[in-house]
Amino acid sequence: MNGRRVFSKLFSPKSVPAKGHLQAFLLPLLCLALLAPAASAQSGGELRFCLRTEPKTFDPLLVDDDASLSIRYLTGGVLIRANRKTQQLEPELAESWKLSKDGKQITFKLRHGILFSDGTPFSSDDVAYTMQRLMDPNLHSSTGDAFRSGAGKVTTVKPGPDQITIIFPAPIVGLDALFDQVALVSAHSPKKEQAVLGPFLVAEYKAGSSVLLKRNPNYWKKDAQGHRLPYLDSIRLDIQPNGDVEILRFKRGELDLINAIDSNYFDKLAATSPQLVHDAGASLDSEFMWFNQVASAPIPPYKRAWFRSANFRRAVSQAINRNDLSRVVYNGHAQPAVGPVSPANKFWFNSRLHAEAHNPQAALQRLQADGFRLQNGILKDKDGNTVEFAIVTNAGNQQRERMAVLIQQDLGEIGIKVNVVTLDFPSLLERISQKFDYEAAILGFRNVDLDPSGQMNIWLSSAENHAWNPQQKSPETAWEAEIDNLMRAQASAFDAQERKRSFDRVQEIVYEQAPFIYLVNQNALSAVSTSVEGASPVILSPQTFWNAERLTLKANTRAGR
Amino acid sequence: MSLARTLACVILIAVCGVSLAADWLAPSGYAKQFREVPSSPPSRQHLLGTDEIGRDRFARVLYGTRISLILAPAAALVSTLLAALVGGLAGYLGGVWLRIATTFTDLFLSLPWLFLLIAVRALLPLNVSPLCSVLITFFILGVLGWAASARVLSASAGSLRNSDYVLQARASGLHGPRLFFVHVLPNLKPVLYAQFWISIPVFILSEANLGILGLGVAEPLPSWGSLLRELEGLISFREEPWRLVPLVLLIVVVTSFQVVLSNNEEVTA
Repeated sequence: MNGRRVFSKLFSPKSVPAKGHLQAFLLPLLCLALLAPAASAQSGGELRFCLRTEPKTFDPLLVDDDASLSIRYLTGGVLIRANRKTQQLEPELAESWKLSKDGKQITFKLRHGILFSDGTPFSSDDVAYTMQRLMDPNLHSSTGDAFRSGAGKVTTVKPGPDQITIIFPAPIVGLDALFDQVALVSAHSPKKEQAVLGPFLVAEYKAGSSVLLKRNPNYWKKDAQGHRLPYLDSIRLDIQPNGDVEILRFKRGELDLINAIDSNYFDKLAATSPQLVHDAGASLDSEFMWFNQVASAPIPPYKRAWFRSANFRRAVSQAINRNDLSRVVYNGHAQPAVGPVSPANKFWFNSRLHAEAHNPQAALQRLQADGFRLQNGILKDKDGNTVEFAIVTNAGNQQRERMAVLIQQDLGEIGIKVNVVTLDFPSLLERISQKFDYEAAILGFRNVDLDPSGQMNIWLSSAENHAWNPQQKSPETAWEAEIDNLMRAQASAFDAQERKRSFDRVQEIVYEQAPFIYLVNQNALSAVSTSVEGASPVILSPQTFWNAERLTLKANTRAGR
Repeated sequence: MSLARTLACVILIAVCGVSLAADWLAPSGYAKQFREVPSSPPSRQHLLGTDEIGRDRFARVLYGTRISLILAPAAALVSTLLAALVGGLAGYLGGVWLRIATTFTDLFLSLPWLFLLIAVRALLPLNVSPLCSVLITFFILGVLGWAASARVLSASAGSLRNSDYVLQARASGLHGPRLFFVHVLPNLKPVLYAQFWISIPVFILSEANLGILGLGVAEPLPSWGSLLRELEGLISFREEPWRLVPLVLLIVVVTSFQVVLSNNEEVTA
């Protein structure tokens, strides 16, 4: 694109020289014009944005935090990449791949002639070495945990330098998608994990200040015109925990993009510079509320009985005005949530379900079925106990606090008295996961995995994150037993439609039983400077720089830096 | 009375008076959510606009002022009484009691009070009403805030213990609690008053600190701390200057307290 611009400028009417000197000028101009596309493709400028925290590691196999994840995305080469826009898997360093019918094997045909950033050739040895390191239990890799399907070793077979088969001891559902997270490391390079296959490499790291990524000179990908990617020369990632400072720097033009922006800031930016902000629609993240159903929890038995009643939970769900939560708390940049899967997850979302409508009358009718009655505007249970409970959430998260206050008023309309309590996060975690000393809580999930197998640790009744009643020895209710069976069924099936049927039913049970009362799915909000060309923010992380290799800066911005 | 002190007193009285008249001046109340107009600018219906969830900011400032101005002195009273008990008695008794009290006070002063407050707050029962939570918050502030005053009081009581009139009283056969309550404590009054006045702005700021961390007074009750949290997302002061009213009020009130206090100290000296 830049090349074409330079070309047209050179041959614009103003630049045509006098007739007598035409030949003398034509040759060098032609040479310049031919060189121009490559030259401009190699000078895309320096993109600048912020990391909220210090990266904990630069080893791609040990990544476990957002900052390191961003760096891994920009520097790591993977065999298969999930396209953040289409949500489809695409071949990267593997030209093609094939899954075995039993789900235990995957065979990759690798691209030929690829080099690591330090010039070391890439081969099946590197894939085998990466898998061996990844599965080493002493490494404690969370990326590797996703591949631990059963007891036994992961083995590899290398019929040649361009082909490799990885054999797992037990079937893994969604095996190919997991390779999106596996950045390959070199088996032979003396630089080890510093030698990368991605579009950028880590050139400089100043602890507490910044990380500088520079273009990988050996990156294999080219654009449609045959220009080597990436376009950018470098990316500077400033470590900036303060969101306010990040916004100010973005407004001053010191930063080019903000990957995730708060709805308040979004609107303020939109008011003055609507061209800078992007609302990509509902994200995969959800906010929800739940009641403590743990049998041994230190709460009065009559309250436990309320919380264990599906009618009570559904009534509370119906009394909550989700439209107001979206509109007031998120300034309209959120959608009323339906269930565990956001509508943004195109394949797995159960489209037969709709967000629970705000209906206080229907809520009261449900409560009456359980013996609750309204007396002078105060709801009493069948034994005359006043219905009152406390909602806890983490202090400092203003949106959750505001949702709690709105829910407080919504439930007040059906006579339920709610006390809102904010706690520092460690105290909150201790109460909800160890002491179970709470009544109701509001928290959120940050989903990065489209596949429901990533939610096994939530839905299995034996799971630690089965927040409303975790680590059950055997399912305490029939519906939890059914969810257990369905989750295991979807995790052991290899037919996508069969898996979807099972997970659709899970979503229906969750809707009917409301163990989690889903509130909203936040929109994916981001800000991108107009100086950045090629940006197309999406809902999946990393929202703004998922196509970093094809981003470039406008000439005037490049010149100013 | 100096002009500055008169002015400060007038300001404090006016702020207290207006906050006490909140029921009449802001009949919509601090909790009612006008959800159709969240974050609205000042209007005839909402003199200082509405907050992020549509509550009348003027009402919340008035009620928040009332809460902070009533409960901060109450917390100051608790802490001053505790300081008088610990510091005053230790200073009066002297010897090993003074050493024990001084060690205990030093230990208390060395604790990171903010983390201590957060920890104590986290241990409290969850299901308490907002009113109860505000009382608990200020009570904790009072109970944890006595140590600095206790040191001052123990020094003052120590000097009183060796004063002529106390020696004379002792020589007249007066001992024990009677001597303390009849002769020592009344003479500690000026110091006690000063410590009480000093503590009020300290507790107002402490509650504001807790509120900024989201750990202060429970919703929907307003306090200066929770009102100041609204400034977190303010990028430019020029855009919504009316949101600065709680901050300006806090500065004016704390400054007024300081002016009144400095004059008090001069009188005491």
